[in-house]
Amino acid sequence: MKFKPLQIIAHIILILGVLLMVVPIWISFASSSHDSVTILTEGMKFHIGDQLARNYNEVLNEKGGWSEEVTAAKMFINSFIMALGIATLKVVISAMSAYALVYYRFKLAVPIFWLIFITLLVPLEVRIFPSYKIVSDLGLTNSYTGLILPLVASATATFFFRQFYKTIPDELLESAKLDGANAWSFFIDFLVPLSKTMIAAMFIFMFVYGYSQYLWPLIMTTAEEYWTVVMGMKIIYTESYEGVALPRTAERFAYIILSMIPPVLVVVFLQKWFIKGLIQTEK
Amino acid sequence: MSFLDLKNVTKIYPNGTKAVHETSLSVDEGEFMVFVGPSGCGKSTLLRMVAGLEDITEGDINLDGKLMNEVDPSERDVAMVFQNYALYPHMNVYNNLAYGLKNRGIDKQTIEQKVNDAAKLLQISDYLQRKPSMLSGGQRQRVAMGRAIVRNPKIFLFDEPLSNLDAKLRIQMRLEIKKLQQKVGVTSIFVTHDQVEAMTLADRLAVINNGIIEQLGTPIEIYDNPKSLFVAGFIGSPQMNFLDGNLKNKTLSAEGFEIKDINSDHEGEVTLGIRPEHLSQTENGLINLKVDLVEQLGSDNLVYGQLKDKKDFCYRCPGNQTIEKNSNLSLNIDNNKYYIFDKSTGKRVN
Repeated sequence: MKFKPLQIIAHIILILGVLLMVVPIWISFASSSHDSVTILTEGMKFHIGDQLARNYNEVLNEKGGWSEEVTAAKMFINSFIMALGIATLKVVISAMSAYALVYYRFKLAVPIFWLIFITLLVPLEVRIFPSYKIVSDLGLTNSYTGLILPLVASATATFFFRQFYKTIPDELLESAKLDGANAWSFFIDFLVPLSKTMIAAMFIFMFVYGYSQYLWPLIMTTAEEYWTVVMGMKIIYTESYEGVALPRTAERFAYIILSMIPPVLVVVFLQKWFIKGLIQTEK
Repeated sequence: MSFLDLKNVTKIYPNGTKAVHETSLSVDEGEFMVFVGPSGCGKSTLLRMVAGLEDITEGDINLDGKLMNEVDPSERDVAMVFQNYALYPHMNVYNNLAYGLKNRGIDKQTIEQKVNDAAKLLQISDYLQRKPSMLSGGQRQRVAMGRAIVRNPKIFLFDEPLSNLDAKLRIQMRLEIKKLQQKVGVTSIFVTHDQVEAMTLADRLAVINNGIIEQLGTPIEIYDNPKSLFVAGFIGSPQMNFLDGNLKNKTLSAEGFEIKDINSDHEGEVTLGIRPEHLSQTENGLINLKVDLVEQLGSDNLVYGQLKDKKDFCYRCPGNQTIEKNSNLSLNIDNNKYYIFDKSTGKRVN
């Protein structure tokens, strides 16, 4: 097989891109398998060391925090619940509100759509105090509901679903109506299966969004049992050891590697769906 | 009261467009009614009002003795075949057919029975597990029909279902639709802009123009006896020839010839209509045609040419006659088969 010079250059650039993405992750992973002392004295590592099991076990199960009760495993569960809740509700609410906006031709549909769209200009960080006030008045601080609920409305997803529904021909609705479908069954039997790929894509984006939330859980939670992974990352870095103890660098790397797993799993799992939807062009 | 009854049905769109003017029409049980007209004439709107997909601005629609105006389309027990078929893209053929039945809460076994019967009737049994995207145009058409048949509705509505097919398939499906309708015996309304389709399918035909039914009757009645200039021009292929003339004292004078003893007391400016097939060659005929072009269809020849006053004219003769380009033909009108229309109103006067 012969390569043209241009192809070789293109491949070099692509390979460099891959390395740029993969090498830091590999270094983190390799470093997480060594002893903290080794890393502190010799720098980060490229090869796998012998402390892999010990480090990961320690990170997952050691109790930390001020109360010495919360473990990293608990934080992973919290983050997972929060991200799952946010992604699921965001997708459901956006799909349904887009359905209402597109298929119920009431007079205010367009102004309402723009009102929803304008909320893009007011992200959570801007309205964090009023949001906190509301959630705390409702007595939802230190609860999963409080972590999830203020983040479930999504203008972006509503917009994407709206654009998608608009491409579905009217005859489909009319035909379904004549076949005895009501508003609810048209949504469930037609729009949901037709927007499968859209739902998968939105779910991925929203899951990562929910998983990487930092400010909101930080303000929302005072009880350590509701801490999330991203908060833990800060804590594990600033955790100080009285006097002589060395920084636990290896465990930190292990923690970072672990924190990447849930979003990666979601992407890998849903990608199957995603590609399936792309291959079966249904028209 | 007949099976389907439209009484002074009017449709005015919110933007003020009047798509259908006070239209009254009745369709008998088992009848095949065709709405034909140019695009934008209101024929589809009328059909969609029967289906319940458009609100009725004024008037009443009764189906099987029940007032339908406020009844939801899902409750009307009508089935419709759309121009683009509107098959459910994410369901296989079986589920496309079964969906309407499922919504009625029919049990699984009965559904299977009905779907299989309909599939057999339409010869789509082999494709039941396929998705619509894996079917050809003709097969999709059959599935769309199957979806209508399987529910055993009170009335079938067809909204230009053949216009997406190629010419050969269109003729084949046309025939099949007619056969199927006769076999199943369901009352049907078929909307088309194609007059050949209309003529071949219809038990009765409604020629619609500008939201008004111009004429209602059997295809042959309409062909033989068009009541207006529009109907005369719309029905029949090639189109009827129209010549300007003047009617006075039962005598029509047109450019170059006169017709006497016309059965009409109308006087004034008129339009004379002659069908291309109602002419024959003769010596010293009324009409002199200078031939420009001959289309040989095999069974027929279509002869296009001009009259003395440069007016385009068409003559249809049997295919076995040879006609030279640039020759002059002398033609007579068969058996007084001509139509005279008032020029200003377009109404038939003879």
